Amino acid sequence: MRDRKVQERMRGRKTALYGLLVALALVLSYVEAQIPAFFMVPGMKLGLTNVVVLAALYRLGGRDALILNLVRIVLVAFTFGNLFSMLYSLAGGILSFLAMAAGKKSGKFSIVGVSVLGGVAHNIGQILVAMAVLENRNLAWYLPFLLASGLGAGVLVGVVGGQLVKRLPAWDGAR
Amino acid sequence: MKKGDWFLIGGVALLAVASLAFWGLTRQEGAQVTVEVDGQEVASYPLSEDLSVEITGWNGGTNQLEIRGGVASVTGASCPDQLCVHQGEIRYSGQTIVCLPNRVVVTVEGGTEPEVDGVAG
Repeated sequence: MRDRKVQERMRGRKTALYGLLVALALVLSYVEAQIPAFFMVPGMKLGLTNVVVLAALYRLGGRDALILNLVRIVLVAFTFGNLFSMLYSLAGGILSFLAMAAGKKSGKFSIVGVSVLGGVAHNIGQILVAMAVLENRNLAWYLPFLLASGLGAGVLVGVVGGQLVKRLPAWDGAR
Repeated sequence: MKKGDWFLIGGVALLAVASLAFWGLTRQEGAQVTVEVDGQEVASYPLSEDLSVEITGWNGGTNQLEIRGGVASVTGASCPDQLCVHQGEIRYSGQTIVCLPNRVVVTVEGGTEPEVDGVAG
């Protein structure tokens, strides 16, 4: 009886954390949308919302982090973007999620390394979609800039994400 | 930070610098720019002549293409993010300016390099 009560309370907290992280992702997307376009290459992004995906990956586990990531992409696309921006976000988001989940599982990287993997994979995913949609292979020319920006943004996001994870409660079975 | 992090960061940085260096060593000044809308080539202009022309992109969006002194740039666009305007000037073979909302791609082609067939393989 008591066990069930505790379990239910835990589930309630998890739901609350879910909502909190989705809200945070929306706010960060808005902030990112306000940054002037000094990222000159299509697909180049600061990826602030990746802070949330990182936190979910470390605190809720892979399955929940993936669901949260998809919810975030759909919500952000409907709020700030359109169907096409959703296509780009999905390609970048899913590739970056897979890279981060694999990087975390390997145990070889800290949260900063995992975030860098995500940042680089995100940018490469977006340029691949752009190449496919525009049927233009010359876009590969942007690769060095996308690698560099994925690296820089990844380190930044990783450090911030690490601080966020430190401040969020952990669950049993979340890892 | 773990050891793997440093290897990863170093590796990505090295790859970025190497690919940039490769591009810098192999780049060639282009002879003309081609304009593609939604994957279809719609126009081509020589870089040797100054001009300013409006491109009508996908779904009626427009981009202003300018060529001045052998350098091409997009100086105006109907889209809100203006990414293509911020992409600056292009002059080397293979360089592109992309406007995703209008599906417009401006590419520098030709030069001393042999002409590559534009059909995607």
